[in-house]
Amino acid sequence: MRVGAIVWKDLTAERRTKANFNSVAFLAALILLLFGFALGPDTEALRNVAGGVLWLTVLFSGVLSFNRSYEQELENGALEMLLLYPGDRRSIFLGKLIANLTFVLLVEAVLVPLAAILYDIPIWGVLGPLALVLFLGTFGFVTLGTFYAAMASRLRAREVLLPLLLFPMLIPLLIAAVQATSLILSGDMMVGDAAGGSTLLSGSWLRVIVVFDIVFFVGALYAFEHVIED
Amino acid sequence: MDTSYSDIAAVPQRPRWLLPFGIFATLFLIASQAAALLMSAPDRDMGHLQKILYVHVPSAWMSMIAPAIVFVASVLYLWKRQAKHDMVAAAAAQVGIVFIGLTLIQGSIWARPTWGIWWTWDPRLTTTAILFLIYAGYLALRAFAEDEDQRARWSAAVGIMGFLNVPIVYMSVRWWRTIHQVQSTPDTMDATYKLGLRLNAFAFLFILIFLIALRYYIARLERARTAVLEERTLAGDKIHV
Repeated sequence: MRVGAIVWKDLTAERRTKANFNSVAFLAALILLLFGFALGPDTEALRNVAGGVLWLTVLFSGVLSFNRSYEQELENGALEMLLLYPGDRRSIFLGKLIANLTFVLLVEAVLVPLAAILYDIPIWGVLGPLALVLFLGTFGFVTLGTFYAAMASRLRAREVLLPLLLFPMLIPLLIAAVQATSLILSGDMMVGDAAGGSTLLSGSWLRVIVVFDIVFFVGALYAFEHVIED
Repeated sequence: MDTSYSDIAAVPQRPRWLLPFGIFATLFLIASQAAALLMSAPDRDMGHLQKILYVHVPSAWMSMIAPAIVFVASVLYLWKRQAKHDMVAAAAAQVGIVFIGLTLIQGSIWARPTWGIWWTWDPRLTTTAILFLIYAGYLALRAFAEDEDQRARWSAAVGIMGFLNVPIVYMSVRWWRTIHQVQSTPDTMDATYKLGLRLNAFAFLFILIFLIALRYYIARLERARTAVLEERTLAGDKIHV
């Protein structure tokens, strides 16, 4: 209920202006293009690095949305009002998390088809596994992003401090997500195992992502109360 | 020292053991280094290069112990809300990042003649580099946060999250690629090297404890100074620092 209200509030504010979504989605497309120019016109080579490029683009554009989700409320003192309401502060975190997750996933919905065109990657056959990896990876990313932005957004150096705190923490997630995505995109995610069956090779990287998601979701949920109080 | 940040602190006395312990730790380190260097014969493969072991491996251990201290002190702070735990966490992070940096530099110096490269994406090397970044972020947050109470709560949260990440970072980088030689522990090497390494492990531990205690004492002094200044400002005095 409380969570839903906060999700609704944040997404409505975003929907009414669309300023943030448009600029972040446009920036993401731009980064994707820039990587293409930086890495050269060789289609084969570009396809091989597409997984890494895709995730870096998600990270660099997505990081801009987290501070924003607190800034608006800080500017007009609404966060203090929000904190005055009785009840569990965790619902503020959950609400913001879901709103940010929706936001970043929507950006990705623009980004992934564009990447498929620019980098010539066939995504139709692997849409299911790709969506799963994107969702789980983005969940971990947004969890920590929402958590660290609760602090960074209230400091002067917020633009620098958030990536400084967030990106080192995301390295294992980045490695696992890029490996899983690359395996899916290259099409050989199945390997034969000793028993004669086949297992999902990207599954072991998926497991790293899931562990990351769970550890930091629980950690952030409990630490958030201490972070948000005034 | 069971005060919260809102109370005005009395000027802290330097712990009586601090100076003697510092002298002892320094002398012990010098003696351990000398003993280890003199006792050990040149390694069959590595020659005198092996001797970096006596600073590199102890530094690497301290790079794990210091983050663990940050973690424990951070948990204690969020639980008990006593300023001393926050100051211990900060001291351990400041000293820890020095040891993490030392470990990276010594590793590079060793890797160049051994592997022929300054840097490689090996699990332990990469994990150490990531640790360095995580605690650099921790210290940056401390530097930017102005309100004492807020800084203490926030950095405790960051200190806890950072430490939770260490095993995940290590495992993921290990699966990603691996060429580092098996960790050096006293069991993987010849008896002549064992004693030297053990001695230096303790020497580094004493130095670590001494430096953290020193930073902690300095933090208490700084805090007392701030409190005195605030008190004077409120009383309308002109401030002479």
